[in-house]
Amino acid sequence: MSGLTPQLVRERVRGTILERIGETPLVPLHRIGAGLRGELWAKIESANPGGSVKDRPGLWMVLAAEEEGRLRRSRTVLDATSGNTGVALAMVCAVRGHALELCMPDKASIERKRIIRAFGAKLVLTDPLEGTDGAIREAQRMAAAERERYVYVDQYSNPANPLAHQLGTGPEIWEQTARRVTHFVAGVGTSGTIVGVSAALRPKGVRIVAVQPDDPLHGIEGWKHMPTAIRPAIWDERAADEHRVMATDEAIAMAKRLAREEGIFSGVSGGAAVASAVAVAREESGRIVVLIADGGERYLSTPLWE
Amino acid sequence: MPVTVRLPGALRDVTGGETKLTASGSTLRAVIADIDRRHPGFAARVLDPSGGLRSYINIYIGEEDARARGGSDASVPEGSEVMVIPAMAGGR
Repeated sequence: MSGLTPQLVRERVRGTILERIGETPLVPLHRIGAGLRGELWAKIESANPGGSVKDRPGLWMVLAAEEEGRLRRSRTVLDATSGNTGVALAMVCAVRGHALELCMPDKASIERKRIIRAFGAKLVLTDPLEGTDGAIREAQRMAAAERERYVYVDQYSNPANPLAHQLGTGPEIWEQTARRVTHFVAGVGTSGTIVGVSAALRPKGVRIVAVQPDDPLHGIEGWKHMPTAIRPAIWDERAADEHRVMATDEAIAMAKRLAREEGIFSGVSGGAAVASAVAVAREESGRIVVLIADGGERYLSTPLWE
Repeated sequence: MPVTVRLPGALRDVTGGETKLTASGSTLRAVIADIDRRHPGFAARVLDPSGGLRSYINIYIGEEDARARGGSDASVPEGSEVMVIPAMAGGR
């Protein structure tokens, strides 16, 4: 184990842009939350320097590999990602001086590719028909073929991914709500957010709500339809008290409402998470915190905002 | 006019496990309708209720994005390869 703690992470990144990861704003959703039994608060993860929640695990996974002595300068960091983790790892590796290669499905949005290349990382494009699962299989193949060359951080299996949320996101929410949070709602992709925040807040009595897409073919970037996808090793259904599903059309409609009614320009996954939180708040009272993973800017070239 | 259609794994449930099909039709809409006749429910997965391409699906005819060629009205030349690709992916 890496023995990473928030204090050690702060020490390692002091004086760099990485110091600004975390401590993101928590804001009330006054209009979308009006008339509901529960009170809605949104954790705005686009405020991280790399633009998404993935800055947190990106930083912790790289620092964990450094602390464990696996990341000598001659080695290359490797992972599979369709976007935000790639951007986060590329930013972190640029600052820490590591080479990075990322397996990504071809025909992923052009913004992602350009941002990742801007940070100096190399992309390995995989069959677009196989989606993220195809990129995972290629990263596994590359890591097995050249064990000395690559440090495969594997966000789907890396304990530093949920740990970043257990010791970062969860305690932040606890403090920002003056210890009054009653529910936490987030989508499941690698599952690091749900598993980590659950470890931090469930022992304090917070109800954890995990949301997945309702269909294997969906438009909720970053979320996984678990029954038909490669199951992340870190995923544990028992981390959540409640499991819900969300339709892409409803998620897109809510992302548009977030922009127009709350001034929050969110990705579709943020719309999906908030629409799920609204459903929870219709049924239950309390202080409901929902995680908005990234901003809408990253999807401007897709048809979603036309 | 036969064309080859390649599908993502996420549509296997509606095609009985197949990810490569042969279909006929001179427009994308006709090709989709042809597949839907053999695999009912297919059209509803890729087209929205108004008949346009769902916003989270990209379809390529050869190397060209069908949206740039008229969406579901795009012409599909005989022998071409049509690829249906999820615009988004899970896990990031």
